[in-house]
Amino acid sequence: MADRPFDAVRVYALLAWTWIRAAAQYPVSLALLTLGTAVVTSLDAAAIVVLFGHAPRIAGFTAPEVLFLYGTSSLSFAVSDLLVGTTELLGRHIREGSLDAMLVRPVSPLIQIATEDFSVRRLGKLVPAGLVLGYALPRLDTAWTAGRVVLVPVLVLAGVAIFGGIWVLAGAVQFVLIDGAGATKSLTYGGAYLTQYPLTMFARDLVRGVTFVVPLAFVNWMPALYVLDRPDPLGLPGAARFASPAVAVLTCGAAALAWRAGLRRYRSTGS
Amino acid sequence: MIEVVDVVKTFTVRRRAGRVRRVRTEAAAVEGVSFTVGRGEFVGLLGPNGAGKSTTIKMLTGILTPTSGTVRVCGLDPAHRRTALARRTGVVFGQRTTLWWDLPLRDSLALVRRLYRVEAAAHRARLAELTALLELGPFLDTPVRQLSLGQRMRGDLAAALLHAPELLVLDEPTIGLDVVSKATVRGFLERLNAERGTTILLTTHDLGDIERLCPRVMIIDRGRLAYDGGLERLRAEAGGDRVLVVELARPGPPVRVPGVTVDRVEGPRQWLRLPRSANAAQVVAALAGGHEVRDIALREPGIEEVVARLYRGEREYRPGAPAQRPAAAE
Repeated sequence: MADRPFDAVRVYALLAWTWIRAAAQYPVSLALLTLGTAVVTSLDAAAIVVLFGHAPRIAGFTAPEVLFLYGTSSLSFAVSDLLVGTTELLGRHIREGSLDAMLVRPVSPLIQIATEDFSVRRLGKLVPAGLVLGYALPRLDTAWTAGRVVLVPVLVLAGVAIFGGIWVLAGAVQFVLIDGAGATKSLTYGGAYLTQYPLTMFARDLVRGVTFVVPLAFVNWMPALYVLDRPDPLGLPGAARFASPAVAVLTCGAAALAWRAGLRRYRSTGS
Repeated sequence: MIEVVDVVKTFTVRRRAGRVRRVRTEAAAVEGVSFTVGRGEFVGLLGPNGAGKSTTIKMLTGILTPTSGTVRVCGLDPAHRRTALARRTGVVFGQRTTLWWDLPLRDSLALVRRLYRVEAAAHRARLAELTALLELGPFLDTPVRQLSLGQRMRGDLAAALLHAPELLVLDEPTIGLDVVSKATVRGFLERLNAERGTTILLTTHDLGDIERLCPRVMIIDRGRLAYDGGLERLRAEAGGDRVLVVELARPGPPVRVPGVTVDRVEGPRQWLRLPRSANAAQVVAALAGGHEVRDIALREPGIEEVVARLYRGEREYRPGAPAQRPAAAE
């Protein structure tokens, strides 16, 4: 871990900038990949719009409400993916032994892996989520109290932290299951998919399991109910609607502990 | 500088035993190694593949946590103070680069400066010095991926030394290098140790590295320290025989000298094997008494042979051969 949080940010920015410059050596490939990412993620957003062209309501939610859910969760996911998404490459670094080279530098290997291959292309993932949210927010039929307005960025930021924590947890798990990149993907990308649709679309048991087992639901479902002024079908206490920052702190704490434990039991490869 | 006491590193190995069942077994990579390295020493770490060299180095640099025992490097516990230690040590892996693949070498080195927080003025001076010593000039602006292995290795060395570490740890620094690159790297390491007093620990399979550079050798075999001492004592204790090559005036049958066996006869030249106990001067005198000798050369056993004997003795690959173990420093 870096000495101070500020230092971690400084080193992160420094390494990210280095990778951006390295990628800029191949401008054509950079432009194509950025375009590709934007197109693929926009298709995702388009699919939601098409879906609502045929069904004005899904599980009792209006189109702007679903787009709000989609926008906030995909923005959270995109930002966390942008910041720490490459931690899932940990398994490869372990297998190839390149983690050893990271461990002899005076910088957290987490930062080194997170910034690996950092490229403006990753920003492409933010564009569609931002567009959807920009479309949905003014169309929401909700009374915008100060609390609701503040809760939107809080919800996104807490979501970023929760997803980020899950990325890191998923990475830490790879210290144990060296070839686990496939297994952890279902946890991260699968989870992101789930929170992009109203949870009542899925079976009640699943919803309950997701709420309690994987704290993903807090990413935007619980606080979104408050923003959208909806009752909670699960009947959780009202405070649960504001629990996402707490869950974010817990997830990140668990991720930090798991990461440290993983590093401690890291066994390296024969050289 | 380095203190290692009774260090053990075991790995848990899971093996299939049937369709689903896995059996966990403990495999020891390092079993109770102790040694100290003082400031300014130049130590070579030798050992067959899988002997525990790399594991030892990784515990010294904080990459791996020892299962038991204590490690102190620069007064720090590497596993707990890895980052602090990284600022005071330089590490080079011969097998993989720590440079950024797509960046020109100069940018990689500038980044290293920022990561290690080296003052700009100190960095400039040091970079100029390293550029001159390692002859980096011609490829400073070339992306690392386009460098030859020898150039990349020199770049890695520069990157590991920009922050003026007290200790330099090298894992097989000359692997795969051509003769010229090897000579440059060796010459550089020699000067670094002599002029700057940097403590250097290197692992190698190239015994030339050891002969040229390391007054002290440690041999790790099957997780244990099989030898720790000077090269000369290693030669003496591992019992490599010296060979006396004599060229006689005319071809003849193998000469007869007490205590000496003739290995090979090629025309007028004969190869005489001298045991450690034999006095070369007496043998030469005895030869000159009975034969007309044109030329004479005494060959010390090559370090390769000494080490091969040591490994063999330890491992008993040849059941008939006497197991000549040097005094183990365990």
